[in-house]
Amino acid sequence: MTDCYIARSSAAARALGGSAVIMSADSSLITLNEVATAIWNAADGVTLLSEIVERAVCGQFEIDPSTARADAEDFINRLAQHGVLIVSNQPIHSAESSARS
Amino acid sequence: MAEHDICVEIGGLPILLKNADARFQRKMRERYSGFVSERPADCCLEVILCSKDRSGTSDADIRVERSAQLWRITRGDFEAEWDPHTRRGWVRQTANPYSIDTALRIIHSLELAAQGGFLLHSSSVIRNGRAFLFSGVSGAGKTTISRLAPGDATLLTDEISYVRPDGSAFRAFGTPFAGELAKPGENVSAPIAELFLLAKGPDNHVEDVHPANAARALLRNVLFFADDSRLTTALLNTACDFVSRVPVRRLTFYPDHRVWDLIQ
Repeated sequence: MTDCYIARSSAAARALGGSAVIMSADSSLITLNEVATAIWNAADGVTLLSEIVERAVCGQFEIDPSTARADAEDFINRLAQHGVLIVSNQPIHSAESSARS
Repeated sequence: MAEHDICVEIGGLPILLKNADARFQRKMRERYSGFVSERPADCCLEVILCSKDRSGTSDADIRVERSAQLWRITRGDFEAEWDPHTRRGWVRQTANPYSIDTALRIIHSLELAAQGGFLLHSSSVIRNGRAFLFSGVSGAGKTTISRLAPGDATLLTDEISYVRPDGSAFRAFGTPFAGELAKPGENVSAPIAELFLLAKGPDNHVEDVHPANAARALLRNVLFFADDSRLTTALLNTACDFVSRVPVRRLTFYPDHRVWDLIQ
């Protein structure tokens, strides 16, 4: 996967005990682990995924960069399939409007 | 209120059941006997009796859809509409108690979702002024544990717990919605002390549950049929608020009275 920008959609989400809990549009409840929650919290639409992995994952957890990147790509693909994360090769300034377009 | 109308108040929400059939209303008065109220009701449900009986009476057959301002509720044995703004509606059904029971559950679940509460597949009892909820899938032991409760415990329900926010805490109310015990709960309420997620096992023990897993387990057992993003978001927030404020633990138990030594 080439580098990309990621942003949270308008899906309902809450932080609980250090984990993000997300309700997708089809009412699936998604619970993220610590690492995935760090990526989710950093998904502001204007920071490249590579920077997020470096700062929020490799900088905070003992995970080697190539594993972290592979895990992150797998994770964002799954969240994108549920419609709760937007992935783009351009910065995403409004997650909700991007989600609708 | 007309001669045969009755007001059924569950969870502090009085709903007037309007129907001119004296025999049916007498049955309703018996079924909801502990919950008949003299309070003026803000909510009104007209019960329209018909002779047509259709198939499909399981919860899996229920459809709850929003059409403009109205909720439309259908199952094989009844159809209903509910206006959440005027808090009025109707149900068309044969003269049986099961259809009105289900219609009332769904109307309460819709009203509660908008107010930060929910109906939960769980039994609940009050002991020493505090409510304990026991949730789980069918066969997990909801009825068993309420049957094993000590004599000083008050049954709120063995089937559907009624939960609404109460300041910074949550309160459980008794309901007439009975399960295997075929016994309605008492019409009382108490602050919720704990929610136990039930499993049967060879011995009795409790384990902590991560809040995210607690929210997941809670949502799995909430009675909620509406396909509505606004209410779904509200329900997620309610579930997260609940598990942040009320201890949720997994209770594995061997079905005899000693399990109650763990529930204090």
